[in-house]
Amino acid sequence: MAKSSFIDNLGKIYAYYTGGFVGFTILLAILEQLGVPNKIIGYAFIFLTIGVYALIGVLSRTAEVSEYYVAGRVVPAFYNGMATGADWMSAASFIGMAGTLYMLGYDGLAFVLGWTGGYVLVAVLLAPYLRKFGQFTVPDFLGARYGGNLARLIGVAVLITASFAYVVAQIFGVGIIASRFLGIPFEVAVFVGLAGILVCSMLGGMRAVTWTQVAQYIILIVAYLIPVVWMSAKVTGVPIPQLMYGQALQKITALEPTLGVAKGHVAAFADAKGQFSMTSAVNFFLLIACLMIGTASLPHILMRYFTTPSVKQARQSVGWSLFFIFLLYFTAPSYAAFAKLEVYQNVVGLGIDQLPQWVRAWGQVGLVGACDAANAVDTFAMCKGVAGNADGILQLSEFKIHPDAIVLATPEIAGLPYVVAGLVAAGGLAAALSTADGLLLAIANALSHDVYYRMIDPKADTKKRLIASRVLLICVAIVAAWVASMKPSTILSMVAWAFSIAASGLFPALVMGVWWKRTTSTGAVAGMVVGFGVCLYYLITTQFYDAPLWFGIKNISCGAFGIPAAFLTTVVVSLFTPAPSKEMQDFIDSIRVPKGDVVLADARHSIDK
Amino acid sequence: MSNQALTPERAREYWGRTSGLMWTMLGIWFLFSFVIHMFAPSLNSITFLGFPLGFYMAAQGSLIIFVIAIFWYASKQNSIDEEFGVADE
Repeated sequence: MAKSSFIDNLGKIYAYYTGGFVGFTILLAILEQLGVPNKIIGYAFIFLTIGVYALIGVLSRTAEVSEYYVAGRVVPAFYNGMATGADWMSAASFIGMAGTLYMLGYDGLAFVLGWTGGYVLVAVLLAPYLRKFGQFTVPDFLGARYGGNLARLIGVAVLITASFAYVVAQIFGVGIIASRFLGIPFEVAVFVGLAGILVCSMLGGMRAVTWTQVAQYIILIVAYLIPVVWMSAKVTGVPIPQLMYGQALQKITALEPTLGVAKGHVAAFADAKGQFSMTSAVNFFLLIACLMIGTASLPHILMRYFTTPSVKQARQSVGWSLFFIFLLYFTAPSYAAFAKLEVYQNVVGLGIDQLPQWVRAWGQVGLVGACDAANAVDTFAMCKGVAGNADGILQLSEFKIHPDAIVLATPEIAGLPYVVAGLVAAGGLAAALSTADGLLLAIANALSHDVYYRMIDPKADTKKRLIASRVLLICVAIVAAWVASMKPSTILSMVAWAFSIAASGLFPALVMGVWWKRTTSTGAVAGMVVGFGVCLYYLITTQFYDAPLWFGIKNISCGAFGIPAAFLTTVVVSLFTPAPSKEMQDFIDSIRVPKGDVVLADARHSIDK
Repeated sequence: MSNQALTPERAREYWGRTSGLMWTMLGIWFLFSFVIHMFAPSLNSITFLGFPLGFYMAAQGSLIIFVIAIFWYASKQNSIDEEFGVADE
C-alpha cells in the first residue's frame, strides 16, 4: 500500500524536494550576505546534500530480492529516465567535459556526440529485449542465452573490469570536490566520499539508488545551468546560453588570428597548424563509435531498464534518459565558449597586476597560472615548465588553465556570489556519487547474484544472498577507494577506457544474442574473449609498454580493433558449430515479443520471484 | 498466459516489421553520428543561428535528432505491437 501511494505521488514528492532545495540555497545566499564565512557555506552544501541522499537510502531500505536488484520493477519511464541521467553523468561529464571542449574545441565534440548517440542503439537493439527477458543482471542474459556459467563468468569479468576502471574515476572525482570544499587532504576526502556512496546503495540496493539518483539529477542539472545562464545574461544580455554562445564563438574566431592561434576553436579535424589532418578525423570518428557502442554495453546503464513496469515503458524510458542527458550535454559547449571568450577578451593582454580576481583565486589552488614573471611558479603551481618573457603583460602562451577549472570557476568569472560556487560543488558531487552508486551496485550484484548465488551456492536463501551482496559492496568500494587514493591516470581517459572495454567484450554477444538466432554459445564465448583480449592488449601495451600505435589510433579507441574482432569471431565460430537447439530458438522468439511468458531453454536459469 | 500469442506466419511478419524499423533507426543513427560530420569543414562556412553549421550539428543538431528519433521509434514500435496484439500494456 505504502509503495503504490509513493509511486502515485512521485511528482508531488520531487516537486516539494526541489522547492526545499531552492529554499535552502536562497537561505544560504542570505546567510552569505549576512557575513557567514564561505567555508561554512561549502560545508553546509556538501553535508546537507549527502544527508538527504542518506535519508532516501535509509527510507528505501529493503529485505526483498526483487526490490534490491530491480527496484520492484515499478519505476515509471520518466523517473527511470532521470535516474539514468544521473547514473550516466559522472564527474567527467559535469566537471571535465566543458574543460575538454575548452582545450580541444571542435574535436572535443566527439565526447558530446559519443556519449549521447549510443542511446539510439540502447533503445533499438537492447533495452526492450532485456526488459522482456526480465531477470536481474546483464550476465543473467548471457547465462540463459549461451547455456551456462562460462558465458556468465566471462560477462562478469568484462563487467568488473570496465565498471571498476569507471568507478575509480568517480571516487577520484568525489575526492577532488570534497578535498577542495572541505579543505581536507585528498586521501581522506576519498574515504569521506565513500561513506556518502555506501549509505545509499548498501541498505536499499537498486530501489534506494533509483530514488536517490532522481534526487541527484535535480541537483546536478540546476547546479550546472545556473552559472552559465547567468554568464550568458552578463555577456550577451539573453539568459539562454545554448542559443547565445554562437555569438561568443564568432568573437573567438575573430580574435584568434590577432592572438596567434593557428588551430581555430570551431575548426574541424585540424592539426596544430590549422591544416586538415586525416589522423585527427579518423580518431574523431572512431572515438565516437567506441563511446556509442560502449554506451550500449555498460551494465550499470543496461540494468536500469530492468526496473520499468513494461517493455513499452522501457523503450520510452530510453528517450527520457537521453532527453535528461541532452539538457546537460548541449549546455557544456557554451561553458567552454564563454570561458574562452572571457580569457581572450579580459585576461590575455592585461598587465600582470591588473588580472581579474578569479585568476588569482584559482591560481592559489593550482588550477590557473599567469606565467609571465620568471618566478611565476612560486605563485602559480600551473606555471611549472612554462617560461614567460617577463614583460609584465600576460600573453596567451603564458596563460595556463586546468580543464577542471572551467566549470568550477565560471561562477566567479560571472561575478556570482560564493553560494553558487557551493551549489556547483554540490552538483559535481551529486554527479560523481550517483554514477559511483550505480557502478558499485552493478559490480556487487555481478559478484553476489551471478558468482555467489548462480555459481557457488544456488540454494542460498534470500537473507544470505542480500548479506553477501552488502558485504561484497563494501569490499569493492574500499578497494576502489584505495586505488583512487593513489591518483592513477586522468579521469577522462579512464572513463573512456571503460567504454572501449565494455563495447569489445559485451556488445556483440548481447546484440547478436537477440538479433541473430544462429549465434551459438561457443561463438559468443569466443567472441567475448577475443574482443576483450584485443582491446586490453592494445590498451596495456600502448599505455604502459610504449608500444607503437596501430594506424595512429589512440588507445582510448581500442574498441576500434576489439569490436570488429569480436563480431568476426562470433560469426565465424557460430557458423562452424551446430545451430542452437529448438528450445533456445523458442527462448529467443519469446523475448522478441513484448507480450507473453519468457520460455527459458534451461529451467535452471529461471528466476525466483 | 499462453506464449503462442502469434502464429508462426504472423510472428515472422511481426519480426520483419520490427527489423525494418530497427534498420531505419540504425540508418538515422549512422547518418547523424558519422556521415553528416564528415562534411563539417565545409558546413562550417554556413552560419546557422549565429553558429558555424558544422560545429552546431555536432554540438546540438545531432543530439536533438537522437532524442526525437528515440521517441518516434518508441511510438512506432508500440503501434506495431498493438497492430499484432502483442503490446504488454
